[in-house]
Amino acid sequence: MNWLKRKFALLVKMFEALKDKDYDRFKKLIRRWIFGMRFTDGLLFKIAIYTLLISLGYIYMYPMLYMVTNSFMTVSDIISVSIKWIPSRLNWENYRLVWTTINYPRALRDAIMLAGLPAISATVSSALIGYGFARYQFPFKRLLFVLMIMTFIVPPQITMLPMFRMYREYNLLGSVRAFIYPAILGQGLNGAIYILIFFSFFRMIPKSLEESAQLDGAGPFKIFTRIAIPLAVPAIIIVFLFSFVWYYNETYLSGLFLRNSDLFTLPLRIERFFRDYTSIYPEGSQARELMQAAKLAGNILAILPLLILYFFTQRHFVESIDKTGITGE
Amino acid sequence: MRKVFERVGRFLDTRLMQPLRRLGQFLTHNKVLHVDHHRLRLFNRFNVPITNRRRESVIGLTFIFIWIVGYLIFALYPIFNTLYLSMFKVYFDAAEASGLRLEFQGINNYRAAFLSDPFFVQILIRYVLRLLLNVPVTIVFALVIAMLINQNIRGKGFWRTVFFFPVIISSGPVIGELMNQGATTLPSINDYRFIDLILANVGDFLANPIEALFNEILLVLWFAGIQILILLAGLQKIDKEVYEASMIDGASPWESFWKITLPSIMPLISISVVFTVVSMSVFSLNEVIVYIRNIILTESTPALTTGYGYSATLSWIYFVVMSLIILLFVGLISWRRKVTE
Repeated sequence: MNWLKRKFALLVKMFEALKDKDYDRFKKLIRRWIFGMRFTDGLLFKIAIYTLLISLGYIYMYPMLYMVTNSFMTVSDIISVSIKWIPSRLNWENYRLVWTTINYPRALRDAIMLAGLPAISATVSSALIGYGFARYQFPFKRLLFVLMIMTFIVPPQITMLPMFRMYREYNLLGSVRAFIYPAILGQGLNGAIYILIFFSFFRMIPKSLEESAQLDGAGPFKIFTRIAIPLAVPAIIIVFLFSFVWYYNETYLSGLFLRNSDLFTLPLRIERFFRDYTSIYPEGSQARELMQAAKLAGNILAILPLLILYFFTQRHFVESIDKTGITGE
Repeated sequence: MRKVFERVGRFLDTRLMQPLRRLGQFLTHNKVLHVDHHRLRLFNRFNVPITNRRRESVIGLTFIFIWIVGYLIFALYPIFNTLYLSMFKVYFDAAEASGLRLEFQGINNYRAAFLSDPFFVQILIRYVLRLLLNVPVTIVFALVIAMLINQNIRGKGFWRTVFFFPVIISSGPVIGELMNQGATTLPSINDYRFIDLILANVGDFLANPIEALFNEILLVLWFAGIQILILLAGLQKIDKEVYEASMIDGASPWESFWKITLPSIMPLISISVVFTVVSMSVFSLNEVIVYIRNIILTESTPALTTGYGYSATLSWIYFVVMSLIILLFVGLISWRRKVTE
């Protein structure tokens, strides 16, 4: 607002200059108006910034907008050339189709369990591990730390084959335990990142707090639960949110480990439903055309819980990284 | 209500904690191991003094113990097991104890991957070229957006939310569907003919990745969400006074970008590069990954491959290529840094 006020004051000054027929002054003022005192507060600069932001924002949101608007379209809307963005009427049919055929409430419950339990395990374990790395000196600490970070680079394909065999041997395939066990040992999806988040967070907490607790006779574990954990609430929220979202969206490992069970992540379930559905109808039939919109509706339903979650917690998501200092200081 | 709590508390204390305490006492005070305040006695004979340092090591290792176990089971063992399997022909066989029948191949699987697999090398080259092109584009975009948001603009929170949004909703099937329907390419880009111009003027070798880049420009940008936040955090940590001082000395914004901003966020750029390469490489719709997966699930069975073992080979080659790319990028960045210093 201040900026606008200043610009307005300048405008007034310019009029005065015009009235006094002081053209030199007017020229100077108008230059200041456009380019500003040090370029970054000039009009030109602001216009450039907002134009860039808005166009980049549009590019970012384009697929999302496309998904939302097209999911409401009827068959005739999709075929029609004149309708590109706004459907002719709000058509909930696509949503109803997906909702009933995949039994959405049950599918959602499964999906939340599949994402939630591993996310909780990952949060607990990475808090412990991150605290160990951040607070204690022990032999080979550097080596272990580097190994920990290396696990992030190893693609899941490498570990997948033996893990598949291991899980089959112990009958873990098709059960949520296939995800909980690695998570509880700090090896879950993107586990290294969570440990890193906790590591840098615990390092920021002043050591004197813990030392005074130690003087009062608290053991290491008590210090961890009573002092470190309450201070690390932001990190806990962030790690939980991130791991929840990543597990929720995970399709590669879950596609493999849960292959022959009736447990699915939501995106997988919807994908599977459509694969079955498309095989029934021949290419080019009406039902096939409807599929396009219905698929988008299905995808929206798949990410809807995340949208709601994001809507309520976006502050944590977005501030997380500078707060927890994942950036490595 | 209070009574209930008291009862539960008393129960836990006498029935649960008491035996546990006794067990703990027994474990640390017995003939084999006897722990005092200042020394540890083994078999009643060997004394090991407990120094502060030793105590700290033990406590620290206790905290990361679960990670060490997890690393051995879920990272180290599978990695080497994959390496081992990649030298065999592997068949599923219920008659064997392990459920697998192995036939030693030596490096034949690796040879097959490069010499007789009709698709793999092509796919791999396409992946490498794409990555070499997409990673810089992603990083530059992330940097531009981070710098835009870092300006003194209105609705900072809103913009951060917009640019972080894709991280939340991007999952394989959703993106796959968007790709199928052509929503990952901007319609307005196709309206201009300048891509054709580029394509006409460079060789096929370069033209194909460039065309792919423009076809999936949104996808590439969608990978920048976390990188934007990382770079933004770095930008915010640069001291404002440095800019002011340089301005007084007559530096233009352009110069202060190259001389102040870029050098101070260089380490974060390396982090972002690693993150970008990894997330693009393990993305579930990545061609190489889809190819490897189909071999594992034997949904595609080229007669010359050997299933399980062969896919292990491919995974290893993929891993090595990926690590090389990361090394290349990080090396380039730090080399530049040394040169400019």
